[in-house]
Amino acid sequence: MGAATGQTASLAAPRKAGRLNRFDNPWLNIKLVVGVIMVGSILLMGVIGPLLVDVDLAYVGRSPLNLPPFCFENMRGEGGDPTHPLGTDNSGRDMLSLIVIGAPNSLLVGFVAAGFGMLGGIILGFSSGFLGGLADDIIRLSADITITIPSLLVLIVIQSLIPVQSLLVMAVLLSLFAWPQPTRLIRAQVMSMRESGYVKMAQLSGVPTSSIMFREMMPNLLPYLAASFIGNTTGSILAAVGLEILGLGPQRLPTLGRTIQNAIDNSGILRDMWWWWGLPTVILIVIFIGLLLINLGLDEVANPRLRKATRQ
Amino acid sequence: MGGLTLNYIIRRVLIFLLTVWVSITIIFMVARLAPGDPISAMVAQASASMGVVENQDAIIEGWKEYFGLNDPIPIQYVKFLGNLLTFDFGPSLIAFPARVSELIARALPWSIGLGLVTLPLIFFIGNLFGALLAWRRTPGPLKAFIPMTMIFTSLPSVLAGLVFIFVFAFRMKLFPIAGPFGRGMQPSFTIEFISSLIHHGILPVASLVIVSFGFWTLGMRGMMVTTEGEDYMTLADAKGLPPFYVLYRYQVRNAILPQVTALAIALRTLGAGQILVEAIFSYRGIGTLIYTSIRNQDYNTIQGTSFVVILFTAVSVLIIDLIYPLIDPRISLEGN
Repeated sequence: MGAATGQTASLAAPRKAGRLNRFDNPWLNIKLVVGVIMVGSILLMGVIGPLLVDVDLAYVGRSPLNLPPFCFENMRGEGGDPTHPLGTDNSGRDMLSLIVIGAPNSLLVGFVAAGFGMLGGIILGFSSGFLGGLADDIIRLSADITITIPSLLVLIVIQSLIPVQSLLVMAVLLSLFAWPQPTRLIRAQVMSMRESGYVKMAQLSGVPTSSIMFREMMPNLLPYLAASFIGNTTGSILAAVGLEILGLGPQRLPTLGRTIQNAIDNSGILRDMWWWWGLPTVILIVIFIGLLLINLGLDEVANPRLRKATRQ
Repeated sequence: MGGLTLNYIIRRVLIFLLTVWVSITIIFMVARLAPGDPISAMVAQASASMGVVENQDAIIEGWKEYFGLNDPIPIQYVKFLGNLLTFDFGPSLIAFPARVSELIARALPWSIGLGLVTLPLIFFIGNLFGALLAWRRTPGPLKAFIPMTMIFTSLPSVLAGLVFIFVFAFRMKLFPIAGPFGRGMQPSFTIEFISSLIHHGILPVASLVIVSFGFWTLGMRGMMVTTEGEDYMTLADAKGLPPFYVLYRYQVRNAILPQVTALAIALRTLGAGQILVEAIFSYRGIGTLIYTSIRNQDYNTIQGTSFVVILFTAVSVLIIDLIYPLIDPRISLEGN
């Protein structure tokens, strides 16, 4: 927005003016924008993809088996088929359709889990910071305990005995481990903000506690909360993929982790069917790097010191 | 200022005990909430894999008695608590007469070994890169190279493992695809065996290291930047001390301590990553044990192994938490 004026001003004091203008709006930093584009394109694929691609092909037996992507050859020397441009797996699932449904599925599990975690974090963090006393002690202790327990193992125990067949249930289970970070963060911020002038001022003017929380404090917390949300999304997708690779989680719904697990189980690597496990891996890498960039970008928003540190 | 107050120790130990207790309670509740009763499921599983099982009903009754499933729930709970705390997880189903604790005892040294190689490597590379990234005198190309390696950070180690297996083991045939050592070899202290062990270990270790060190690089860079402006740094420079000496003795020494706390956080993700990496490399550790027992619905083994990993993590976190104030007396402990 201020880029044009920044350019002209840079004639006088080249570096300083340019930099100040670039960070006029800290939300427009490169990392954040690139990250959002990467993750956004995956979500967009989930919206537009089904219109262009026959998603029914993502299920068993709808296509020829073991086809390589178009223009490649598989171990038996068969060439790819343009109707299945990314190839098929060994039970006749079309890879393109699998990815079009699977990638947004995997991403959404992460977002929903992190969303529930955030909701819990907001409720618990604010109560902890505002109420203090016993409630605070209990919430802090529970957060410390939950953080110490390795979530993957507990999820393995739960899901190996109680099979999960829906992505929503999977997300809810993952969210059981996604609340402590936002809780701690909000609590710490609330504790320090409670003493600050503007909150005191609002209290003295008789503003109700709820609007102090959400109108006065929340906006200041936003970059931290966003970073914590993205961190939890990464963690939840990581756990979901891990569980799926171990053979747990919904068995019939296409996700990236499930596709990779099918490939491992049917020795997709040794059969040189790189498209089978490789394509979902690449999409997962795009998701993870996109989320990492968003997080680094948000860090710059929340932490002006980092903006200086990136100067060369 | 003593770093280690009684209050702090009590709180840490309390968190440790509660963690173990909560985990056991969750495992117990899951087993009771599961549809169907676990013993019949186990026997059904056994009969499915071994063909006919004679005297099914007698076996079911016997095991129900053994696990105390005929007792009221609170008594079952207390027994369960006692069993887990004494590492009595019952018999394994996949390796039937063997007990779960024996299987774990066999797998654990492999996992610990892998972890003991991986963790120091991650710590060293991560901190080295972080220090170099923040150091003023680091050559430009190196400073440009390090951020590029950070792209692997936050990727799951399993995915790195899959790519490594495909590229370095399957296509280039530089490393073996699976297993902890060569086929048909007997563990021994011969050069042949040890070199095979290292050869098999490189890919699993590399897939764990490459995705994890960036976490420390970022933290170390942050700490280095804060020490940069300290007066003692200016003094050291003014005294004309050699740059490497200043870097190591003045800057890194002060920046590295808070990184030790990051160990406690990293242990949990590293543990989870290692389980998956072991599983895809068929390494002989806990990860592969969990993987095969999930595949064969061997609940006793799943429960026992998960409990051991949880306990192991909790103990490590406790140790780090208790050691940390001793090595870094600067930190102010919570509650003070």
